[in-house]
Amino acid sequence: MSAPLPALKQRRLNPLWELILMRSRAMWREPSALFWTFIFPLLTSVALGLAFRTQKLQAVEVAVAEGPAAQATVEKLNRDPALHAVVAPLAEAKERLRRGKAALVVVPGDSPELVVDPTQPEGRTARLLVHDALERAAGRADTLTFRTEEVTQPGSRYIDFLIPGLLGMGMMMSGAWGVGWSIVDMRTGKLLKRLVATPMKRSHFLLSFMLSRTILTLLEVLFFVAYARLLFGVQVFGSLVQFVACALFGSLSFAGMAILIASRAQNTQTAGGLMNLMTMPMMLVSGVFFPSTFFPEWSQPVIQALPLTAVLDGLRGIMLDGASLLSLGPQLLVMALWGVIPFGIALKIFRWS
Amino acid sequence: MTAAPAISVHNLVKRFEDVVAVNGISLDIAAGSCVGLLGPNGAGKTTTVEILEGIQAPTSGEVRVLGRRWETDAAAIRERIGLALQQTQFYDRLTVKETVELFRSFYSRGLSVEEAIGQVQLQEKVKTYVMKLSGGQRQRLAVAVALVADPELLFLDEPTTGLDPQSRRSLWDVIDALRGKGRTVLLTTHYMEEAAQLCDRIVIVDRGRIVADGTVQELIRSIGGEQCIEIATSPALTDEQLRAQVPGVARITRRGPVAALTVQELHVAVPAVVAAVQAAGATLQQLSTRQSTLDDVFLALTGHSLREDEA
Repeated sequence: MSAPLPALKQRRLNPLWELILMRSRAMWREPSALFWTFIFPLLTSVALGLAFRTQKLQAVEVAVAEGPAAQATVEKLNRDPALHAVVAPLAEAKERLRRGKAALVVVPGDSPELVVDPTQPEGRTARLLVHDALERAAGRADTLTFRTEEVTQPGSRYIDFLIPGLLGMGMMMSGAWGVGWSIVDMRTGKLLKRLVATPMKRSHFLLSFMLSRTILTLLEVLFFVAYARLLFGVQVFGSLVQFVACALFGSLSFAGMAILIASRAQNTQTAGGLMNLMTMPMMLVSGVFFPSTFFPEWSQPVIQALPLTAVLDGLRGIMLDGASLLSLGPQLLVMALWGVIPFGIALKIFRWS
Repeated sequence: MTAAPAISVHNLVKRFEDVVAVNGISLDIAAGSCVGLLGPNGAGKTTTVEILEGIQAPTSGEVRVLGRRWETDAAAIRERIGLALQQTQFYDRLTVKETVELFRSFYSRGLSVEEAIGQVQLQEKVKTYVMKLSGGQRQRLAVAVALVADPELLFLDEPTTGLDPQSRRSLWDVIDALRGKGRTVLLTTHYMEEAAQLCDRIVIVDRGRIVADGTVQELIRSIGGEQCIEIATSPALTDEQLRAQVPGVARITRRGPVAALTVQELHVAVPAVVAAVQAAGATLQQLSTRQSTLDDVFLALTGHSLREDEA
């Protein structure tokens, strides 16, 4: 048809840039996406930060079985402020131990009997404290005098552990859903089919997902670091630039996995199921809320090979231990493999219609 | 205009696991014409068109689009065709302009974004999100996206399916304006009015095969008459009774209690029908006449109606 006049000639639109714009606009204009990416992790960390705020330890509860020497024993024990002892009939005292209301039961006598639950960490403390208190009351002389200074360092609190955990989890979730769900949604709405009927380069399309994820992750990380600092005084002990670089690297591995999951799914329900299958186990074992080393030794090789474990170890290493990116070789390798291999497979098996 | 056809299909077959969707279609479409593939849902229209668009691969058969083959020249063909799928869901939170810009960016040449939007008369909606558009406006956006490369060949798959009559009519005006100028248009539809209104040539497809091919007039003439008399009587008259007494009956088709007679000349046939009813001692419950339509053609050729799936 008629050639456009030179004056009307419009700016040349760059296809990759237009695709990235499309992805970014779709995210920015979707209030729920912003909520899950930014507000939800903030609320979670506030809630968990309150629940697990570091506080001085409570006095250890001890039950003393009823008997002639019971009252005297209670008085001896309560001289130590770290102990709180009460008298109860033996049966009730044991019941309190069973329900965790008491860490230890004392049956007074010439050689007092101590009843403890060996699986309860409090029990061990209680045994030492009770031992100490009764010995002292019986006239033991201390040979050393200790001076104790009480300090709580930023970097060692639960919230310091939690913030990088929530950041990694948030990156994984927004990566999985932002990439995987969107692709499947475009497939069911036939937008994928429509796009491949144009001269669009297929690699541009998949690349636009990776790149728009990177931009969003950058904002996500900076937002996390800023609010963790403002609300909880959480610091990045290592280099902020390296911290961000590590997060971006990690987000590529989540995007690669999500593209693979979405590469053939025909509807969003299937994709959603697969996404949960991928993310839920990692949320539990990779160390979001508690260290992954809590799991038994034999499971560690598998757990350490998961992308979320690698991302969290990397983020915590830089944030809490001040590690440098160069020292995180194994973690970066795991992230790279999870990014590149699934992306390569996805390119081969991707279903466009 | 060159003699080479814009589309040339020879013995096209597409088999899915247990279904034969296209069962040996051969078709040449001249450059510059507007051709309609007409048939009921499931006739194989969309499969045929998607093969021509390079979205599906045929099981067997020869396909040439603008003189080229998909196997060797896919990129070149994609630059020169435009298409609207059966209801594409564009991104809800992109505006009309942003959507057209996105698609424009994929082509090395074409219309300006404003021109494409202007051709489908969506100028007032350039800044509107796709989610706020009506069904008819969304279809017009799909046509604008199809036009943005200024394609030589335009495919429109069921462009007005699911639209209300008014939106359908306004989209017809848009499509009507796209014809000519050397551009070839291939559209699929199961609305006979749409095919009759828009197309120079109509190819009727049923169960994966072409059953008829021609202009509206040629097709109607091919069933032996342009007029149709519909009667219902009690008791019903047999085909033999009607044929014996009414001259010039080309065919009789029945839908429920109504018999439809295709005839050449009403002034001869109508009195004869009335006489036949009287002679049989029956009572006449309904008598009407109308022009034969493509639906009559379809019914005559396939034994079932285009509109069965909607009844």
